[in-house]
Amino acid sequence: MGHQQSSFISIDRPEQGVVVLMPTTDIDMSRSPELRTAIRQEMGNGVHKVVVDLDEVHYMDSSGLATLVEAMRNASKSDTKLVICCMNQKVSAIFEIARLDSFFSIVASRDEAISL
Amino acid sequence: MQDRAEIELKLISDPMYLCGARELVGCIARRIGFDDMDCSKIALAVDEALSNIIRHGYNKVFDRPIWIGISPIKPSADSIGGIVITIDDEAKQVDPCAMKGRCLEDIRPGGLGVHIIQEVMDEVRYEKRDSVGMRLVMTKRAPRAEGSPRLSDRKGCAVTSMGSKSSKTPMGP
Repeated sequence: MGHQQSSFISIDRPEQGVVVLMPTTDIDMSRSPELRTAIRQEMGNGVHKVVVDLDEVHYMDSSGLATLVEAMRNASKSDTKLVICCMNQKVSAIFEIARLDSFFSIVASRDEAISL
Repeated sequence: MQDRAEIELKLISDPMYLCGARELVGCIARRIGFDDMDCSKIALAVDEALSNIIRHGYNKVFDRPIWIGISPIKPSADSIGGIVITIDDEAKQVDPCAMKGRCLEDIRPGGLGVHIIQEVMDEVRYEKRDSVGMRLVMTKRAPRAEGSPRLSDRKGCAVTSMGSKSSKTPMGP
């Protein structure tokens, strides 16, 4: 399937209806608007699952969290599944601090996210 | 007791400089003796504070001044040392008591910054500056680490009282 790269988000389409967005740098207030736009653009258009792969994200602040919360809400409205994968310990910590770790579907690997 | 922070950084309110501020604070915290996770959390607290100033204080005007001051707290008999970080701005003044984290039961985008700062740091205090703007003073105590020397162990390093600092030598113009 296809592969695209925006300035810091790699986009893969491993299966029909599945899109994987992989930010390739830290996500803070300067980056989250672009992530928000990318997720919005990919949602819909026949996509039934959006995977956000955080393997290369070593740091995320609350603007990144807010982006993902908004994406999760939009996914629910549009019958799309949003799955987050490959989160490192430091990024995981901010989900726990904000008590949002149980709000999202979070899995360990991209394969697991795609097959979920 | 010293009057000024040992490290001071002035930056403009452009989000592109958040990463530099995080790196600086994280590096100093590591040198003081915090572990990787704590360094990341301290950097996160600074990032959230700066983001709040940019977003709410300066309404996303990206060329306004922000000052960051960093001082280690020297280990003593009744203290294990740590780090004090002050962040000053020239944004609109608000009631410090109004600076509270929101209810987390209400899951919605945004509004998490103050909660994160309060959760991550040991002491958090907002003040109105004398002339204009706000000051945030955050303190984090370090665990005692064996091995590598600490920046705060060096001779002449004093505990900074941010209260006295605020009245004596405020950062900025």
